Amino acid sequence: MAKIQLNGKSIKINSNSCIKDLIKKFKLKENKIAIELNGVILPKKFYSTKKIKDKDNIEIVQFIGGG
Amino acid sequence: MKKDILKIDNIKLNSRLIVGTGKYKNFKETAEAVRASGASMVTVAVRRVNILDKNKPVLMDYLNPKKIIYLPNTAGCFNSEDALRTLRLAREMGGWKLVKLEVLGDKTTLYPNMIETLKSTKILVKEGFKVMVYCSDDPIIAKQLEDLGASAIMPLASPIGSGRGIRNKLNLSIIINNSKVPVIVDAGIGTASDAAIAMELGCDGVLINTAIAKAKNPIVMAESMKYAVIAGRKSFLSGRIKAQKYGSASSPLEGLI
Repeated sequence: MAKIQLNGKSIKINSNSCIKDLIKKFKLKENKIAIELNGVILPKKFYSTKKIKDKDNIEIVQFIGGG
Repeated sequence: MKKDILKIDNIKLNSRLIVGTGKYKNFKETAEAVRASGASMVTVAVRRVNILDKNKPVLMDYLNPKKIIYLPNTAGCFNSEDALRTLRLAREMGGWKLVKLEVLGDKTTLYPNMIETLKSTKILVKEGFKVMVYCSDDPIIAKQLEDLGASAIMPLASPIGSGRGIRNKLNLSIIINNSKVPVIVDAGIGTASDAAIAMELGCDGVLINTAIAKAKNPIVMAESMKYAVIAGRKSFLSGRIKAQKYGSASSPLEGLI
């Protein structure tokens, strides 16, 4: 298991998972989110290849209502 | 008269009213108000996904970004670094290049921090963003933003969410006269007459959020703003009469009995 920070919360995910697995786990839609991995924006084309490592810090954002 | 269309960086907008999507009771109300307003562009914020609640509704399910133009903004950012991070994420989300930059200086007044705003504008323009910039109503700053490549200048009319209306007509008029890019009054509109006044001054558009979202009936207020913006614009284009000191009878004196 890999222990990561996701949106400020500590969670565990199977070792060898990729970003796409994480998106599936949380039932998110790729075209409605953007992801930052360790402070760097991760382009969508890398979602299925980028492996998640222990201690990774991941931020997933979306659009919400705002002025 | 030829068709009067607002164009911001080659994007044509059918309505001169841009609507913010914050502060509504729920997404259903947001969508209904946006529809009633006739707006073709809405501002949206970028925030963390709530990972604990997988079934939480998302804005995009109610307002289709293919049908209405999303204008990602940086509301809540107090420095250039956070604003740039937010807009880069917004661009990654779906290719949004046209964005609204808003760097606040103070939590009480919500006045913009223009030093950080100028700095951010310069970087964003260099990175290929088309930037609509929330700013103070200082004509010199507004001109500097335009010179830096801003796609639209968005001076406040009064503090965000205050509903105080147009506090400085003179400054807004100077900004409008000086600007070659669209000037959108952002922040402070309280009611329909405020929106009409902004448009009569010659603004290219207005951005309204709180005045609609927090009205007792947001849907009806949205519609009211729609007509106020149209009325104000037409009034500006038609050229108002000169104000006179004394009365001038509307009916002819000839043939008076």
